[in-house]
Amino acid sequence: MRLVYFAWVRERIGLTDETVMPPAGTTTIADLVRWLKTRGEGYELAFENEAIVRAAIDQTHAKPATSITGAREIAFFPPMTGG
Amino acid sequence: MTPLVRIQREDFDIGAEIAALTRGNASIGAVVSFAGLCRDESGRLDALELEHYPGMAEAEIERVAAEAAKRWPLSGLVAIHRFGLIRPGEQIVLVIATSSHRREAFEAADFLMDYLKTRAPFWKREHLADGTLGGWVEAKADDDDSARRWETNR
Repeated sequence: MRLVYFAWVRERIGLTDETVMPPAGTTTIADLVRWLKTRGEGYELAFENEAIVRAAIDQTHAKPATSITGAREIAFFPPMTGG
Repeated sequence: MTPLVRIQREDFDIGAEIAALTRGNASIGAVVSFAGLCRDESGRLDALELEHYPGMAEAEIERVAAEAAKRWPLSGLVAIHRFGLIRPGEQIVLVIATSSHRREAFEAADFLMDYLKTRAPFWKREHLADGTLGGWVEAKADDDDSARRWETNR
């Protein structure tokens, strides 16, 4: 699946996007975050306060418990500050 | 009525957008527009850099606009949001709602702005007057509170 990152999440991870194959058993956004945090300091820093990082699955807002099964694109970003 | 949603780098002309929305429709009795501008923060700011999630930004504002069109009897609805580098005094966002009577247009525009601020994937970063890159603007709890009003208050 493709992961995309925005704003300070993108800066901390150091990537705009990447394609990953999470291990079996990674079924929710929360599982995915837990796995991403094992992938290095940048990820750990980006998700140090998991509660504030938002996620979207295929461009629709998603919660930590949302299933990622069948997702093509998952995005992680800070709370929105548009307008 | 299909809401018009545009995400663009270019500036927009409020007068032209209102004219396009109202032309040839004599049933309109109310036009409410809101424009959000970039402040200079007492001279501290050189610019705001607006990052967005292409695709989702359009989709999310379209969802919010469709919700507004369902809740109020509107004849027209426009939402335009810019991205890129925006200087103090320049326009960032525009919302226009038209209806037969003013209350619906006021409420729909207010609703659209509240939801756009809390759900549309845009992020602001400060560029400071001293030439350095500032931080990312933090989301305000006030904006969430403002959006929450619409959950109970119709």
